[in-house]
Formats: sequence, structure tokens, C-alpha cells
Amino acid sequence: MTTAKNETTIKAEPGKQELFITREFEAPRELVFKAFTEADLVAKWLGPREMTCRMEACENKTGGYWRFIHIAPNGIEYGFHGITHETTAPERLIRTFEFEGMPERGHVSLETATFEALPGNRTKLVIQAVYRSVIDRDGMMQSGMERGVNDSHARLDELFIELSVN
Amino acid sequence: MRRDVFQAIADPTRREIINLVAYQPLNLNAIADNFKVSRPAISQHIKILIECGLIQVNQQGRERYCEATLNDLREVANWVEKYRRLWAERFDLMDDLLEGMKMDDKKSDKKKKHGKKKKHKK
Repeated sequence: MTTAKNETTIKAEPGKQELFITREFEAPRELVFKAFTEADLVAKWLGPREMTCRMEACENKTGGYWRFIHIAPNGIEYGFHGITHETTAPERLIRTFEFEGMPERGHVSLETATFEALPGNRTKLVIQAVYRSVIDRDGMMQSGMERGVNDSHARLDELFIELSVN
Repeated sequence: MRRDVFQAIADPTRREIINLVAYQPLNLNAIADNFKVSRPAISQHIKILIECGLIQVNQQGRERYCEATLNDLREVANWVEKYRRLWAERFDLMDDLLEGMKMDDKKSDKKKKHGKKKKHKK
């Protein structure tokens, strides 16, 4: 038995360096915050399902370091890391994010996830991701598209984590 | 340099040019009249738009008219939609996880209450 899913919306205006992801959940924000930040829980929804996720570090406290690895079925590993800039549970999480597989270092994005408590024990999650350039943002989003199109694992994982970690 | 529809719309002047010629084909002068930037700069933007496939040029007598070919813009809509679906999938999984967490919370609440009762009995 499944109920209708809440809608996920993406706002990514052409030519801008940022994007917004918005979604509501039928759960109190303490729980949503937990599911979004605790390593063992994140591993359950971050997917892709065929990949294994290994948390090397997951310090959600302000100033903490996080790093995790996605392992493809062919054994190839994709690393991502960043610093938790601010944790204000259960309402806000701000992190830097960098994919380690880029040809050069420094393509960092800043991600802010806000958890708004709604009436009826519901929660609205808004993720804002700001990139260093329009190309960085578009490239990240396109790697997601490639996954959708040909289901290749390689590029998409760069993306995959991109925001999910927030 | 990248030449695709995303590159085309990444610049505000180019988006404005697309808007102008979307309504009617215009020649370079007519387009340039709408902007403060120099004609060569506008030419350069138009060149990029042509290379990105969003504008085509038709020669009519002496004039060359820029006409919008906007089919490729749909590509952008598809692109965002694919990305959206990716996130929707993740959040759907998160829904399932949250349902489980809610159940666990209820169970542990019950245990707590139960425990208290026992203590009271003692």
C-alpha cells in the first residue's frame, strides 16, 4: 500500500551558480534531520542501489570533517569530502562538498539544508547548493542526466552524492 | 569551448537576444539597438547562439535575419526533469526510512511506558 509521494521540485535558473531542491516529508523534523545526517541512515537512501556506500568520516558537528566513498559494482571508488560549516539540529546544516575525481582540485560547492517544521508533524526540506561557476553547476546536474539516460555508473555518482550529503 | 544549449542560455545578454528573436526574425542592427553593449559584442553573442543551434541566419536580399530555432530549449527542460527524478527517487527512499523510524519511536515509547508501569507495580 503506497500513498501518493510528495513532490520534489528543482529550481535551477539558467546562468546562475545555484540551485534549490525542495521536498516535504510526513515526519517531524527531528527525524528528517536525523535521516539526513547520520551516517548509517544516509547510506540507506543516498543510493544508487547497486552501489555500496562507505563512510570514512561523518562528523556532523560544526567544524567536523566528512568523507564518504561510493563503490561501484566494478570496484571503482568515488570519493567525496567536505567540512561541516554549521550544524544547528534540527533546523539547519551547512557543508562544503567536493568530488575527488575531478581533474583538478577546488571545484567546491557550498550546501545549506534547512528543515522547516510544518503543522501536523510534517517537515519541509530545502537544499540550496552554490557552485563556483555556472559550468560547475550545470556539469553536476548533467552528470545526473547521463545516469538517467544510459544508466552508466561512472559520472553519475559524482553527482549523486553532490547534494545528498549535504 | 562548449557549444550546447546550456552554454547558450548561460549569459543574460544571450537570453535577452533569444527573447527578442523568438517573436520575430530580426537583423543584427535591430537586435543591437536593444542593447547598450557594442555591435561586435552582440555579433559575438549571436555567433555563439548560432553555434549552439538556437539561432539560424536567413539571407533576405541584402539583409541577414536571425531567427530563433528553439526546439533545443526543450533539452533544458528534460535535463532538469531527469535531475529532479533522481532526487525524487532518493527522497522516496527516505520516506520509507522515516516510516520505519516513526515505528521504532512508537515502540520505544511503549517500552518506556511499560517499564514505568512495572516499576509502579513494584
